[in-house]
Amino acid sequence: MVTVNDTVAPAGTARPGRRPALRRDGRYASVFLAPSLGGLALFTLFPTAMALAISLFDWPVFGERKFLGIENYTQLLGDPVFRRVVLNTTLFVVLYVPLNVIVSLALATWLGPKIRGRQAFRVLFFIPVMTPMVANVMVWRLLFQPGGLLDSGLQSWFGVDAPNFLGSSDWAMPAIVAMSIWQGFGYNFLVFSAALDQVPQSQLESAQIDGAGPFQRFRYVTWPMITPSLFFATTMTLITSFQVFAQPFILTQGGPGVSTQTIVMYVYNQGWQFLSMGLASAAGWVLFVIIMGITAIQFVGQRKWVNYDV
Amino acid sequence: MSEPSVAARRVRSGVSHALLILVALLFLGPLVYAVSTSLKPADEVFTPTPELFGSEIRWQNYADAFTFAPFGRYFLNSLFVAVVGTLVVVIASSMSAYAFARLQFRGREHLFVLFLGTLMVPQEVLIVPMYWLMQSLGWVDSYWALILPWAFTAFGTFLLRQFFLTVPAELEEAARVDGCGPFGSFLRIMLPLARPAIAVLTVFTFISFWGSFLWPLIIVNSVEAKGTVPLGLAQFIGQQGTQWNLMMAASVLAMIPTVLLVVLLQKHLVRGLLVTGLGGR
Repeated sequence: MVTVNDTVAPAGTARPGRRPALRRDGRYASVFLAPSLGGLALFTLFPTAMALAISLFDWPVFGERKFLGIENYTQLLGDPVFRRVVLNTTLFVVLYVPLNVIVSLALATWLGPKIRGRQAFRVLFFIPVMTPMVANVMVWRLLFQPGGLLDSGLQSWFGVDAPNFLGSSDWAMPAIVAMSIWQGFGYNFLVFSAALDQVPQSQLESAQIDGAGPFQRFRYVTWPMITPSLFFATTMTLITSFQVFAQPFILTQGGPGVSTQTIVMYVYNQGWQFLSMGLASAAGWVLFVIIMGITAIQFVGQRKWVNYDV
Repeated sequence: MSEPSVAARRVRSGVSHALLILVALLFLGPLVYAVSTSLKPADEVFTPTPELFGSEIRWQNYADAFTFAPFGRYFLNSLFVAVVGTLVVVIASSMSAYAFARLQFRGREHLFVLFLGTLMVPQEVLIVPMYWLMQSLGWVDSYWALILPWAFTAFGTFLLRQFFLTVPAELEEAARVDGCGPFGSFLRIMLPLARPAIAVLTVFTFISFWGSFLWPLIIVNSVEAKGTVPLGLAQFIGQQGTQWNLMMAASVLAMIPTVLLVVLLQKHLVRGLLVTGLGGR
């Protein structure tokens, strides 16, 4: 890992006295930093603080604002819809993250250097990650429709009636998870492929000569070398999956009832359907705290299983 | 231990390849279905048995999609927002990345930690105050609002800084001795060298602008005028008698630019994931 200190001018080129150099660079630095710093301050730092402030108010889109203190938060906790929404989101995460990691790691391992055309497979699996989410979800909405490909396929090929995937509270969430895995696993697949490519073939071969089977080779040679990637991938996937929005919004509109409504949908509904920005902002902050908590747990937990010394 | 014979290994490799192709075909299924539906007459979208082709191949659907909804407008809007947004991201983040990687100034480490800290804030926390901010600036329903709030990311700064750090300091020292100031060496040495990393940043940024949905949904009121492609697609939802064939045509069109990007830049993408540390290493 390169640290910022490595960039100090090498010995021999050092100028007598660092202070003037520092000051001269400082003026340039402020020019180089101005756009990013200004943009981040106006569009990220200020709104983050503002979000906390808004969450303490009754803040309608139009009209009088009234300070409430933590009342929005207590209202959220008491709202059965919000509790259900948190539960739905958690269910999505619990189903989606492990399945995504398993599918992408299994396929990346399968597509080892001996597979011909692996570059083409890589590109293929990456396509839905890059295509607009809404377009992907539209395709799956048609696929899941009564009379759509899944329905007609099941009927004509297997003679079974398909469930109403999007209209049944038992099937809607699994349908959303299935669609999401299809669209999203390509990213982790590519991350794992890149990591697996760095595992030296010579070590795998010498383990094989020592009598290690495929499972043992994976467990004792490959696994320790890819744990940093696994950590990176699971952390990022966890963070993004708590933010799930477009899939349930377009596939089910959160239905049937509120059985697939997620936290972000709740934020959207409160803010732009019911025009209650205070409550929306509070729900947004709850999501932020959940994400920070999960990330913190991940970072504490990594010491137990992530191996950086190989 | 017993090594499998050459013949056994060949069979196994053959089976492995065949299974992979099967998996790939299953994976492609939804996309093939989208293309197939986009070429069918409206009354043949739902058939009792799955059909790859309808009674005719209606290329006309693609033209009809543009008259059924103003998709031409949506495409232009999306293109404008994505291109300008990407330009701003690349310019702003390469400049700040250069400062963090190459310039000495007081408080550099603290400022960099602050930058990284902003990466933790999810978009959903920002949308409420951002909407209010846009209202206060009078930018609701404008291109400004579609572009600027998401055009300054610490992600780009971080990614390009990682890359600039790998450029040997001697290269720049030599240029400085020849009378090149920080601006000169940034423009003439660092930027050209950073092309692969900039390519990766460009692709990722373009795609995130191109596919962005939640923010346009919130900030755009006049969909007909300022709508982007995802927003235009979502307009179909909930309408009675959805024109599925036209909608699939529009969806397929929405996918083409990014599919092209992925196919053209495939080598850079995999390498980019490695050099920029996005591969987790």
